[in-house]
Amino acid sequence: MTINTLAKGGCHREQMACFRKMEKVIVAMQDPDMGMKMRNQRLLITVIPHAMTGHDIIAWLTHKYRISEEESLHLGNMLVKYGYIYPLKEPRCLVLRPDESPYRFQVRPLTIYLAKKNIRKQGELMEYEKERYSLLHKRINHTWDFVVMQAREQLRASKQRRKADRIVLECQEQAYWLINRPPPGVNNVLDTGLERPNNFSCRVTLVSDFIIEACRKALGRNRVKSSICLEGFLKYSEQYLNHDPIMQGCLPSNPWISDDTAHWTMNAEIVPVPTRLRVERWSFSFMELLNDAMGRREFMTYLEKEFSAENLYFWQACEDIRHGESSKIVEKVEDIYKNFLAPGAARWVNIDSKTMDKTLEGIKRPHRFVMDDAQMHIYFLMKKDSYPRYLKSDLYKNMLAKAIVPQETKKSVFPFMRRQRHSSPSPAQTATQAAEEEGLAKGAGANSAAGSHF
Amino acid sequence: IPMQTYFILSYTQVKIQSPPTPEMATQEVPLNETLAHLKTESETLKSKLEEERAKLHDVELHQVAEKVEGLGQFVMKTRRTLKGHGNKVLCMDWCKDKRRIVSSSQDGKVIVWDAFTTNKEHAVTMPCTWVMACAYAPSGCAVACGGLDNKCSVYPLSLDKNENLAAKKKSVAMHTNYLSACSFTNSDMQILTSSGDGTCALWDVESGQLLQSFHGHAADVLCLDLAPSETGNTFVSGGCDKKANVWDMRSGQCIQSFETHESDINSVRYYPSGDAFASGSDDATCRLYDLRADREVAIYSKDSIIFGVSSVDFSLSGRLLFGGYNDYTINVWDVLKGTRVSILFGHENRVSTLRVSPDGTAFCTGSWDHTLRIWA
Repeated sequence: MTINTLAKGGCHREQMACFRKMEKVIVAMQDPDMGMKMRNQRLLITVIPHAMTGHDIIAWLTHKYRISEEESLHLGNMLVKYGYIYPLKEPRCLVLRPDESPYRFQVRPLTIYLAKKNIRKQGELMEYEKERYSLLHKRINHTWDFVVMQAREQLRASKQRRKADRIVLECQEQAYWLINRPPPGVNNVLDTGLERPNNFSCRVTLVSDFIIEACRKALGRNRVKSSICLEGFLKYSEQYLNHDPIMQGCLPSNPWISDDTAHWTMNAEIVPVPTRLRVERWSFSFMELLNDAMGRREFMTYLEKEFSAENLYFWQACEDIRHGESSKIVEKVEDIYKNFLAPGAARWVNIDSKTMDKTLEGIKRPHRFVMDDAQMHIYFLMKKDSYPRYLKSDLYKNMLAKAIVPQETKKSVFPFMRRQRHSSPSPAQTATQAAEEEGLAKGAGANSAAGSHF
Repeated sequence: IPMQTYFILSYTQVKIQSPPTPEMATQEVPLNETLAHLKTESETLKSKLEEERAKLHDVELHQVAEKVEGLGQFVMKTRRTLKGHGNKVLCMDWCKDKRRIVSSSQDGKVIVWDAFTTNKEHAVTMPCTWVMACAYAPSGCAVACGGLDNKCSVYPLSLDKNENLAAKKKSVAMHTNYLSACSFTNSDMQILTSSGDGTCALWDVESGQLLQSFHGHAADVLCLDLAPSETGNTFVSGGCDKKANVWDMRSGQCIQSFETHESDINSVRYYPSGDAFASGSDDATCRLYDLRADREVAIYSKDSIIFGVSSVDFSLSGRLLFGGYNDYTINVWDVLKGTRVSILFGHENRVSTLRVSPDGTAFCTGSWDHTLRIWA
């Protein structure tokens, strides 16, 4: 695996896409009707024909693409950095200045030539490239012809003209070398990182059969109408709007902005009283409830009251198998059978006979996914039955009523005084401590469970 | 643009449609004929598939979104700058504690930071350069990383100052080409990887055993993301073959495939509900694919945006899509309306990686300018 460096003068497939787009911009800029107005630009005492000012470039980009001046400046800078436009004043500095500094289109777009040298035969790509290049060359030739014509006409005229040509050529060369041999400290724009080999030619690819198979499968699948799917996005965004700190801010304040970690403290995994937004979120979907440690705990309490807690215990045990160590699978499956599936088990779960039979059969040769069907059955049972009832229960309603709505922290009276940023214990540290404590506790015969505190 | 089809190198892999006869065994199959036949068949099927997909496409996202309120002025600034890498930052990931991050760079350094205080807490030097992938374990007690070494290794994070992190390193994944991305699944026990060798794979951390491999990309796989769905069994990957594939983790099958980008897909990220995912590509566009409608439903692009997207992520509600671009900027898109809400400047070289924090309070970018920035 080689990392392609600038020295090779090469460029990559990934750059082809953006070179094409940059050319589009340049071609548009050179359009005789809608493009940039070129005129003679004064450089000290010399007059350079067919040039444009930095200011004009920015104005044109701003107008054409309907973007801000800041963005035009940025885009224009990219065009200069890649050599499509070069500066006549201070040619060592490939930067677009938003003032009267003169610039010119590079007559021989260097990057395009570099690219051309390295294009491997890619069928349609070559054709497309040829089209683009010939279009660009037509335009450039048009400009260049004009310059040459003018030069010839005024050949007898002063040294000025020749001096202008000399300056132009010098600047062109400077730009070329700056791009190809950037001085230290300057970004190398032709550096594209790790080379991604063109795999169409050099690697064993899949049999077309795979594609045919995939297409056939895809043709048979059920699809949902766009109107229904897309409404789903609207609903989701609306529901979660108040929970999106970047969109709506967060209470009491965004720690990154205020340097105050209260928001995190209030929303830690286990707190005495949760925030209102958090409790509300439990009602959005069953997944939200289960994903929140406190929510899951509350739900467990509710299920205990309903004498159906074994469902949640079962689900948790199945999750443990799915995501746990491979070496413990057999042992865990046995435990599940003993506690949840065996006749007369302490926490017997009510699964339909078909699923039960399939699962019992699978247990004979336990693997990571052997509990999947049973787990899904119980999951949907809880989701359809217990979960909606929980949301209507007093337990949930009281939780919601008690929940905190933090006060918004007003901006500090002394905004320029930076708050001290407090560090927090690393999860790695609390885990090590917990393990140590447990080790000690086990020795003493007691059982302590240190939760993580963050 | 005609769809590319993928050809077989060795003719012995060609499936012959008719049952083999003794004559055929000794006869050489005319390669061009078989290839042409397969090409026609796959192209016919592909256009049929597009027809089917189009039938149910009765409205565009931005049309549906007309009734939604537009977004106002958007102000996001750099709130922290993390300096410490000596070379291009290639990847980063958040810890579940919402403030710590791990980052990796071209010179082989992997650093764990408390981004809030900007303190560096751990640093490891990998034995290879170009560490393109790194991930934080859900427990917060370990990190995984890899790159040109073709491996994914797990380092347990020890707070003992005297302990050398590299000593406890565990080699988990082995590919035959560079590691482009890695992610822990719901626990510290399994890792999902993608590689330049064109495959993705699921590994058991404890034993280093390969649990499942995923074949179907015709070129380097550059990115992956796990689905936040209820059944938690799928993930999406994007590659240099311009395809985004959705996989079943249990069976290794590719369940859905999308091919609308015009260049390499550098980043894929699920919409928070799990019903869709976004992608970012060298073709300078981001796209949204709906899994139930089985099609692309939005393109986020602008004529003035010329450079490729390296990394994408959604805000918590999924209303905003953040894209890190190769022209050093971050573009913020209104996912529903398809418009560009804001452009953020700050980095001095390409943005190579971008992730929103677990609680959505900020997002972090890593750049070739050697720094990471937290934006809020």
